[in-house]
Parts: sequence; structure tokens; C-alpha cells
Amino acid sequence: MSATLSAPVEAPPVLVAREVTKSYGGVHALRGVTFNARTGAVNVLVGENGAGKSTLMKILSGAEQPTSGEILLDGQPVSFRTPREAQDAGIGIIHQELSLFPNLSVTDNIFAGRELRHPTHLMDLREETRQARVALARLRQDIDPGTLVGDLPIGTRQLVEIARVLSQNVRILIMDEPTSALSNAEVDVLFDVMQDLRAEGVTVIYISHKLDEFRRIGDHVTVLRDGALVADRPMSETDTGWIVQNMVGRSEESLFSRTSGEIGEPILKVEHLTVPGKPLPLVDDVSFSLRAGEIVGIYGLMGAGRTELMEALIGSRARTEGTITVAGRVSTEDTVSSRLKLGLALVPEDRQRDGLVQSLSVRANIVLATLGNFTRRLLSSPGAEKSTAAEQVKGLAIKIPGIEAPVTSLSGGNQQKVVLSRALLTKPKILLLDEPTRGIDVGAKTEIFRIMSELADNGLGVLFVSSELAEVMGMSDRVLVMARGRITANLAKQEVTEERLVAASASTDVMEVNP
Amino acid sequence: MSTKTAAPSAPTAKVPERDKPTPGARALMLLLQGRTVVVLVLLIIFFSSISDSYLTSSNLVLMTKHVSITALLAIGVTFVIITGGIDLSVGSIAGLAGMITGGLLYQGLVLPGGSTVWFSTIMVILIGLLVGGAVGAVNGLLVTRLKVAPFIATLGVLYVARGFAALRSNGSTFPNLAGSEARGNQGFDLLGVRSLLGIPYAIWIMIVVAAVAVVLTTRTPFGRRLYAVGGNERAAVLSGIRTSRVKLAAYIISGVCAALAGLILTSELGAAYPDTATTFELNAIAAAVLGGTALAGGKGTIIGTVMGAFVIGFLSDGLVLVGVSTFWQLVVKGSVIVLAVILEQTQERLNAKFAT
Repeated sequence: MSATLSAPVEAPPVLVAREVTKSYGGVHALRGVTFNARTGAVNVLVGENGAGKSTLMKILSGAEQPTSGEILLDGQPVSFRTPREAQDAGIGIIHQELSLFPNLSVTDNIFAGRELRHPTHLMDLREETRQARVALARLRQDIDPGTLVGDLPIGTRQLVEIARVLSQNVRILIMDEPTSALSNAEVDVLFDVMQDLRAEGVTVIYISHKLDEFRRIGDHVTVLRDGALVADRPMSETDTGWIVQNMVGRSEESLFSRTSGEIGEPILKVEHLTVPGKPLPLVDDVSFSLRAGEIVGIYGLMGAGRTELMEALIGSRARTEGTITVAGRVSTEDTVSSRLKLGLALVPEDRQRDGLVQSLSVRANIVLATLGNFTRRLLSSPGAEKSTAAEQVKGLAIKIPGIEAPVTSLSGGNQQKVVLSRALLTKPKILLLDEPTRGIDVGAKTEIFRIMSELADNGLGVLFVSSELAEVMGMSDRVLVMARGRITANLAKQEVTEERLVAASASTDVMEVNP
Repeated sequence: MSTKTAAPSAPTAKVPERDKPTPGARALMLLLQGRTVVVLVLLIIFFSSISDSYLTSSNLVLMTKHVSITALLAIGVTFVIITGGIDLSVGSIAGLAGMITGGLLYQGLVLPGGSTVWFSTIMVILIGLLVGGAVGAVNGLLVTRLKVAPFIATLGVLYVARGFAALRSNGSTFPNLAGSEARGNQGFDLLGVRSLLGIPYAIWIMIVVAAVAVVLTTRTPFGRRLYAVGGNERAAVLSGIRTSRVKLAAYIISGVCAALAGLILTSELGAAYPDTATTFELNAIAAAVLGGTALAGGKGTIIGTVMGAFVIGFLSDGLVLVGVSTFWQLVVKGSVIVLAVILEQTQERLNAKFAT
């Protein structure tokens, strides 16, 4: 920070993360990131899902401690062991997942953990209500502070969370995707408030996926990729292409590429599929089709409704509307077993929670969905199970210590293959994969993609969800983009560009899809 | 009860989503909201129509005195349940506290040297409450420090505390707690036997404890943090709330309330025996749930819990009074508890339907 005379005078950064590394077990979420939050500016932080943005913010706000590296506040090293210590230092954070109490009123939520007191030591409910009103009025929300937060629509809840932080008199405000649940009008209000805060000298760190939004409000942009800082520039010196290019990176692209095979007849037809939700449907009137031998990628941001679409297809979501036709047969029931019979199979997003039975062996996990095939006279046949499981292990090249080993002893990539082999044992016509490469290393990713390609060449229809542009672009014969529960783009392989995908994922226009 | 709620339910079934509630639905929601009071009023009407002696002032006082034991236990348990925990040990804590106080009054504290120390009545009562608080603290530390699931931790303490209660007297009863003037430990009968202005002290104690608990839960930061911890523990941590401390305090409060109930029971009997208040924890939990406390945590009121205790007490005593067999009493009591939870579910569904 030795400013020469010719350089414009810039205040030193108020908050600095220096050489910060964070590992969870063997996984590096952050590797030696040095991040400067410039004083009185809106500092935008971008990156794909899993790039390490949220981890960095958790460290800056005291919710997590770095494995190595240090945090400087006003040039002094600090260490926040709890969120409260960071709060006391003037750092407020609005979390990506709402961290509100649905069972408490708006006022109670705003003051949870730092209640106002009378001289009598009882709570000063009147003053709390008054201040809550002021904070809400600032966000132009005309809601009764006594309303239970659980009764509010999701966008309003998000604003309550913002009101909570605003009422804390913060110097540094961290916002982790605050607009994901907001309507356009609400976003405008939020941006007005951010302008005010900047004018008051508050430093804002703003995490977002939405290019059009953060270009409007940001002063400075920092790009993270795979836990490392890859670029850092004033917003004025960037353009959309530069940002996307840095977010995605070029290096991995060559790893996934697919030469399309022969594409056959449509085997999956989805018409007007809707999953109800509040305030907006989670999946909103979605129609598309999938052909035999085709791999279709579904791209979109978190919360765009991709997982819900997958769940609706496999029948684990209740109360869905619309028709699903598999190879000419219309689905009549909303149950997983009926969809499996029709020929659909899902590899779910959360392997640990939805994919594997952690307490069981590799063998038991592989045969779980097809137990009926191994049952003779009401008793299961361990021998048949064992040989089938062994075949699968060999066929997918799953690396295991033994067929009876606990499934938790496997690496992420091999666990994923166990889930995949279970899905394949049901002999599906259509394979649904939700973020199949999340949390697995590059080698295993490539192998998963090789298997997907082979399956498609054998005439399966493959539908996969991914948040990584490079994957979607490399692997798909066709890409559907989802935003706010709707399909906003349907692009053939040769039409796909990074800019188009990013633009469509932030768009709210419905695209008319011709199947 | 069922006929009363079934009548207006027909129109609600037709209410489409996001619609304003019809007058019928509104009335149903009001009934459901105050369901504990409604059930209590119905119980009183029902039993007084069968038995002339049910609605007499002497019977009401007697029944309310019975209620006070359940209510005290249930108030304590409510603190714990609001944080998302459970306390199964309150019956045993009541028994242990009763045995400790009974022993101190009957045979004093025998020191290793053979000499005996006697405490004044007020000291004995305080020691009894302290024992309850200490056992509650053990529960709380097991849950917060050693991360034992609340159900298991307090189940273990249920046995251990009951065991110590029996060990104190080797299983026998301390038969006489009257004390003597010379030792300055007379007057223990105040808690469970004597009255002020025609109302037993037990009832006054319940009223005072309930009032303090209402203020604690609704007007203090501690109270709000109880609900915060039970509603969303992660968010509570992120809000800087020391969740372990809040939970520990809840278990200690529960222990002290249980001990108080145990002392009243012991005083009422005029004797301390190790099986005092066995299985009373189930009545306490049932009262809390009847009063609208959610076992998942984050929801519940002291007033509701006290009303729940009244329903259980007035129901049990009414069944006895009209001569229903003990076995049928169990059937009715169990059914009422389950029915109350079903009503609560219905209310939640309606609330969700008509929420803005």
C-alpha cells in the first residue's frame, strides 16, 4: 500500500483476508486466497457453485475458522471465534440460506441474540417494535412487526433478514446472494438501500450469480474458481465476457467432450409439469422431450427448480401436475415405484443424504432398488446379490476394499458410482442425474462422463443437472436452462455459448419450447 | 367434543387455496386456537351434569390442588421442550427431592463422626430445591457438553435419580415429617396441607411459579432465546446466542420445578417414600403437549401448559368421581391426549392455508 503521488488516493482496505486456506477433511474449499474489501465500496464476489465464496464469507463473519492464513480488520490481525465476535467488530452478514426463526415474530427475529432491555432487565418490547418498524420502513415494507416470520412469503423473509442486519449499525455488510428470493421491485429497493449505505461509508461485500444485477451495483469485482482467487478488478474495467471467462476457466473444458451418437425416437415427453410452491411454483409449467441416445444437460442457478424437476420426474414430489410419457406410456401415478417401472431412474443430488444408506455395505447399497430380483421364497439370496454387485463393481470400475466394505469407506467418486450402478440395475430407459459430479475429483468426473456417454450410445436417454458451464457445454447434445422454475432456453449443441447460458439462467422470460 | 368441531368443518373443505376464510372456517379456527379451554369447559359441563358434587367449591379446590403438582412439573418440562429437548426425569427428581427433604426432617444429616446436624425447615426446603436444580444441571450438561440425545440423557437420569431416592432410606419410608420445636424444623406441612384465605398453599405456589414463568418466557431475553434455540438452532448460533447456556438453564429450571412438586407431594402425605411421583413425567409431558407445546421445539406457552394440566387433572378426577373404572380412565386419558394433538395438526394446516 505504498501509494505513489500519481496514483489516486484510495483508502486502505478495511477488511483483508490474507492467504486464507480452509480444508474440510481432505477437500480444499479455499486455497491461499487473499481478498481485499475496499472501504466504502460495493465489492462483488463471483464464482460458480462450490468456488468457495460462501466459505470465505463464513470465515470473515466468524462462523468458520480458517485452516491457515489471517484476517486483518483496519490493518490489525483479528480472529473471530464466533459470529458474535464478528458482529461486535461491526461485521454483519446476510446468509444465503435464510437463518431466521419461523416460530418468532418479525421483531423477535430482528433482535434475536441482542434484545433491548428496560432498566428493569425485562425486554423493551415497545422500543424493539419501534426500531423494527423503522428498519422495515427503510426497506419500504409495510408489514406488521408482530407477524410470525413463518407466515411471510419467502421474498419478504429475505427482507426481514436484511432488516435485521441493517438495525445492527454495521460497518461491513456481507450479502450472500441476497436477491435470489426477491422480486424485481424488491431488488430495486435493496439496491437503493445499498446506495445509501455506500454513501454512509459502509463497506459492502456482495456475492451474486446474476451478472446484470451486480454490474449495476458493484464497484469492484473478484472472481473465485475452485477455491482460488483468479481475477480482481474494478468493475469499470470488466465486461460480461471477461467475468464469465474467468468464472469458468478454460483448462478443464477439454476433459469433457462428447461426440454425439445416433439419436433415436423421443422416449420421454414432459408436458406442462408443475410443482406447486410458495409464493411461486418450484417448477412452473415445464414441457420438453428427450430422445433415445441423447444427453440433455440442465443448467441453472441454485434454486432454479432443477432438483425439483428431477424429483417430480422420479415421482418423489407430491401434488405435481402435468403429464409424463415414457416410451409412449403415460404415467398415471405419482409414486417412485411406478416411475421406476416405467423406466426412469435417478441419481440424486445429495449422495450422502438421498443416495446412500451410510450404515450398509457396498453390496447392500448396490442391490437396494432391486431387492425383489434377489428374493427366493421370501428370503433374499446373498449369493445372487453378491455376484450381481461384483459384476457392477467390475463393469463401472468401482474401486472398493471389498464387496462387504461399508460404503462410507469409499471416495466420493466411487460412492457416486455405487449410486449409479444401483440406478442402472433397474434397467432404466431414462437416466436422471442430479449434479452427478458434485464433490468428486477430476479423474472421477471424467469417468462418470465416459459412463454417461456409453449409456447414451446404448440407446438410453440421459438427463443431467449441472451448475458447471464447462460440463454442461462439453457433455450435452442439447441444453435446457432453468430460472425460477421455468425453462428459459433450449439450445442445440452448436448454439450453446457461455454468455447465452448465463444470460438465460438469470432471465425470467419464459421461452416457448418446441419439443 | 367431536360433535362440536365436526359441525363447521363441512364448509371449510370447499375453501380453495389462497382464499379468505369463510365465517365457518374462522369460527373453527378460533375454537381450535382455544381448544384447551374449550375442552376444559366441555369437561366441566359434562361431569357436572352427571355428578352434583363435581362443581362444588370444595371439589374444585381439591381438584386444583391435584392439578398444581402436574402443573409445576409441566411448567418446568415446557422450558425444556421449547428448546427442542425433553425431560423424562422430572418424576424421579420429585421423588429424590422428597426423600432428601424427608430424610433431613426425620433423621437429620448424620455426619461420618456419628453426630447429627439438623436444619431449619426453610433450609431443608432450599436444599431440596437445590438437589432438583443439581440433577437438572446434570441433564443439561449431558445434553450440551457430552451431546447425549435429550431423550436418552434424561431417561438415564430417570433411573439414576429414582435409585438414589430408594438408596437414601434403603427403600423404606420416612414416616413422620412433623419435626420438633427444639430442632426448629416444624411447619413443613405448610406446603401441602395448609391453606391461605381458604386456598391451599400448593395452589398459591402454582400461581406464583406460573406467573414468574410467564414473565420469563415472554418478557426476558432469556425467554426469547429459548424459542430461538428451539425454532432454528443454527440460526440461533449465527445470531450469537450461546445455545448451550440457554439449554442448560432450561434443564435446571425443570429440575427445580420438579423438586418443588416433590416437596409439595411429600408435605401433603406427611411422609417421604421412594416411589413418590413415579410416572408423573408422562402427565407433565402430556399437559405441555395438550397446551400446544410442540415436541419439535420452538413453540409453546406457559398458560397453555397450565391449561393442559387442568384438563388432565379435571378429567382424571371427574372420571374417578363418576365411578369410571381405573382401566377405562387410562383409555379415556390416552385418547384425549392423541385427540388434542390431532386438533393441533388441523389448526396448523388451517393456519398455513389462510396465511397471507
